[in-house]
Amino acid sequence: MKVVLENLTKIFPSRDKKAGKEVVAVNDFNFEIPDGKLIGLLGPSGCGKSTTLYMISGLQKPTSGKIFFGDDDVTELSTENRGIGLVFQNYALYPHMTVKQNILFPLQNLKGKDKLPKQEMLERAYEAARLVQIDDLMDRKPSELSGGQQQRVAIARALVKMPRVLLLDEPLSNLDARLRLQTREEIRRIQKETGITTVFVTHDQEEAMSISDMIVVMKLGVVQQIGAPQDVYDDPGNLFVAKFLGTPPINVLEGTVQDGKVYIGEDAVLNITGVEDQDVYIGIRPEGLEPAADGALVCHLNSLEVMGRDSSVVCTNEASLNPVIRAIINSDIKIDAASDVVRFDVKPHKFFLFNKETEERIRYEVN
Amino acid sequence: MSNVINSNSVMQAKDIHMISTGQKVRRILAKTGTYAFLLVMALIVLFPFYWMIISSLKELSEYRQAIPTFWPQKVMWGNYSKAFSQANLGDLFMNTLYVGVVSTILSLVITVLSAFAFARLEFKGKETLFGALLATMMLPGELFTITNYITVSDLGWMHTFTALIVPFLVSVFYIYLLRQNFMQIPNELYLAAKVDGTTDLKYLWKVMIPLALPTLISITILKMMGAWNSYIWPKLVANDAEHQMITNGLRNAFTDVSGQADIPVQMAAVAIVSAPLFMVFLFLRKYIMQGVSRSGIKG
Repeated sequence: MKVVLENLTKIFPSRDKKAGKEVVAVNDFNFEIPDGKLIGLLGPSGCGKSTTLYMISGLQKPTSGKIFFGDDDVTELSTENRGIGLVFQNYALYPHMTVKQNILFPLQNLKGKDKLPKQEMLERAYEAARLVQIDDLMDRKPSELSGGQQQRVAIARALVKMPRVLLLDEPLSNLDARLRLQTREEIRRIQKETGITTVFVTHDQEEAMSISDMIVVMKLGVVQQIGAPQDVYDDPGNLFVAKFLGTPPINVLEGTVQDGKVYIGEDAVLNITGVEDQDVYIGIRPEGLEPAADGALVCHLNSLEVMGRDSSVVCTNEASLNPVIRAIINSDIKIDAASDVVRFDVKPHKFFLFNKETEERIRYEVN
Repeated sequence: MSNVINSNSVMQAKDIHMISTGQKVRRILAKTGTYAFLLVMALIVLFPFYWMIISSLKELSEYRQAIPTFWPQKVMWGNYSKAFSQANLGDLFMNTLYVGVVSTILSLVITVLSAFAFARLEFKGKETLFGALLATMMLPGELFTITNYITVSDLGWMHTFTALIVPFLVSVFYIYLLRQNFMQIPNELYLAAKVDGTTDLKYLWKVMIPLALPTLISITILKMMGAWNSYIWPKLVANDAEHQMITNGLRNAFTDVSGQADIPVQMAAVAIVSAPLFMVFLFLRKYIMQGVSRSGIKG
């Protein structure tokens, strides 16, 4: 089932009426989620990603705009009639019910023609439980389960009624690091197996990039960029997106474009065409810096962190807006750690220019 | 060298041993103190019950002795059957039970629904209304007696069960108690239940009531006890034979024409009357204690 968001906007009235400042949580969101895909809504806290999710679920009403599931306009439909599954950040299992009762609960609430006979409900519950591998815990209470197991129960409960759309609100944030890795692969597997269109919200870019078919990067209620994770990473539309994606984060420096050359301080690092002379922000991915004996960019070497396959060169440059510049290089490339200075060449496809006022990307051609 | 180390470690071991002995003594002392205190308190609470029971088993003459006995010289089980027949206890029981059960059930329904509204629904003037309700708790109950009496007699409810039940159906205290309990139930459960397709009422029935069960049981017990023990109000509005409640029934049932009360028989009646409440408490105690674990919610 594809999900279409049309000019979706949510404005929260200000709590203090005299101050009169409303908060625009989501601003004019347009997006068509293709059928059967896993979409990651990504952004820092307060960017409106959870609000978007809650609007899709119907728990919050949009101020304006429309939501379609397939061709049905569900904007005015209440949550209980929307046929969605939602996994909450804190799982929200019913503490007084066993795992089995928790999973059965959505089925027991089906009305009219959707009502199932008892036997079929049980079968469906066990099927969902098997999918998330908790079918041996059916008679336990949530309090007797670990965090990861509770999480699975929550997913099973969301899946059991075969929702049209599955929504996950920060599903991994309460799990420890190891379980998080395992669970996110599990979510990916379950999503592939069921083919249910899934939207999940996270502030962890690594999490979003690793399992999503597409990611939506949001900031202050405004969608910044939508695309396949690798595309967004390789081709960020603005400085915010460039900074938000990637670990270690992108190196941001101040620079100028003059006579077809990009300058960082005194160093002319790249020849380009198609850009007027101006001051710019420069973003260079850590893997976009290549040490070279006669490299154009001269930095002060702080330290060299060897991590086996890769090494991390930590250095400084006066133009840098980050405290340090970090370059990830193949460990085969030898750097003289005793030296004060390290020189780099830049890889043009990892080297982005941004307008200093708007922070929008400036496209250029390499000369 | 090794000697030094050895003696050192022996010293340490000794120290540890001494510390643990000191702690042990202190712990035992603390425990003894606690139990002694609890024992004294329990005796103070239990003594009236004990006195009621031994008095109910005494002969009237023994009861009237200047120096009271701590155990009946002649055990008079007959007092109990006498109490039953003489005071028409059966009817009194039924009346009280009727008033108690009906008012408890109705009161629970009203309390649950209003607590739900105050805890979960959004409507205009919610806070003001709740504040006004709380304000009525500041007025002493005695103040209501006269106004309630006038209202009840105006409505023509004198000498009816209605007069015994209706005026006390709404208890602000219970609503407050339950509302606080409901408000502790995390919001996500409500949202989850919405996603799972429940209506508000179904959520109330399937999730909130089970989670607030200990509070509801406490309310039931308190309400039952209130009905069982009420004295002044029933005496005012419905003290006729058909509607008489147990407390009023006991008051004069054992007094003969000369104004002499047969106290042992009266005590036997009191013991009979107290028994159901005592059993209710014993039976439901574990439910009151039983906390409902909330660990389905993380974070």
